[in-house]
Amino acid sequence: METPSVTRKVRAYMNPYVAGVLLGLVLLAANYISGRGLGASGAIKSVVVTSVLAVDHDAAKTSAFIGEYEQGHAGNPMKNWLVFEMLGVILGAFISGIWAGRLKMKVEHSPKITSKRRLIFAVMGGVLFGFGSQLGRGCTSGSALSGMAVMSAGGIITMMAIFGTGYALAYFFRKNWI
Amino acid sequence: MGPLSVNDIISGDTNFLLAFFIGIGFGFVLEQAGFSSSRRLAGVFYGYDMTVLKVFFTGAVTAMLGMLFFGLFGWMDLSLIYVNPTFLTSAIFGGVIMGAGFILGGYCPGTSFCGAAIGKVDAMLFIGGLFIGVYIWGFGFDLWKDMYVAGNMGSPKLGEWLGISDGVMALVIVIIAIGAFFMAEWVESLSAKKEESQEIN
Repeated sequence: METPSVTRKVRAYMNPYVAGVLLGLVLLAANYISGRGLGASGAIKSVVVTSVLAVDHDAAKTSAFIGEYEQGHAGNPMKNWLVFEMLGVILGAFISGIWAGRLKMKVEHSPKITSKRRLIFAVMGGVLFGFGSQLGRGCTSGSALSGMAVMSAGGIITMMAIFGTGYALAYFFRKNWI
Repeated sequence: MGPLSVNDIISGDTNFLLAFFIGIGFGFVLEQAGFSSSRRLAGVFYGYDMTVLKVFFTGAVTAMLGMLFFGLFGWMDLSLIYVNPTFLTSAIFGGVIMGAGFILGGYCPGTSFCGAAIGKVDAMLFIGGLFIGVYIWGFGFDLWKDMYVAGNMGSPKLGEWLGISDGVMALVIVIIAIGAFFMAEWVESLSAKKEESQEIN
């Protein structure tokens, strides 16, 4: 007898070049509508600033980081283009996951390593990426992809630094992936 | 004429609503391309799956050409488009730290939210790490502020740096991208052959 999990169909991923053209059209729409590219890490900054202000407003006001943030962003930090965009990203990926039959709670890792090792490295990677995205004024989306689309010198330098470092370190972490 | 929100053709609130819809498109495409899987993303660093390179370059080139043509047709005022500023020191060191985060964590921020949205627990923990990283950045801001603002060069485009027009620069980028696509296909075929021979042995 067949179980539902066996018969459940998982759709294949989209052709990468087709997906790339669609991604480019989304990025073009963002620039046409809002005059700016896509992003991700900026929304995390908004949440961090909001939570720090909520916990201790007076102490937070004296922080150089919050001061710098408030100089560039008037009003409520959650009322921010990237926050709305990232809420959309979560919903869009969720819709795609349902449609493709990929919705499943799991820890994805190479068969050569344990789930625990994968999760520890995931947290470490996140910490580095979160920190680096602030120093680099944007992550792979905001700095590298959107920066390359407007031919920003800084965006293209950051892109090369991200992927160059990935390649330089790949050998040392190969067990985690292959 | 675009950009719509900068030219006050749409209100600030409409702009936020459209940001939400743009995000839906962004997340949908990333998940469809397989960017909700860390092993697929990491493939670009080992040659077994070059999807990241293909999607990334196709996306950037499509948007770049689209904007150039929109500007040419007078549909969009390109001088009002945000061009990421260049702070040489932080652009390099920020990128290096992010690259290390990528190879350790297997995600970047945008893709980690896609992974988490379809239930990847490793992506959820990566996001937890992102918050810690941004918090550390903010908490110790005085320590790295000098590095953050060093090497300010304004917002130059790559073409300005090299002394060529945007159109010629775009052509060079397109040629590099096409070369990269051929290389990506070749690397994948090598990787597939290697796997085949391993299976026979």
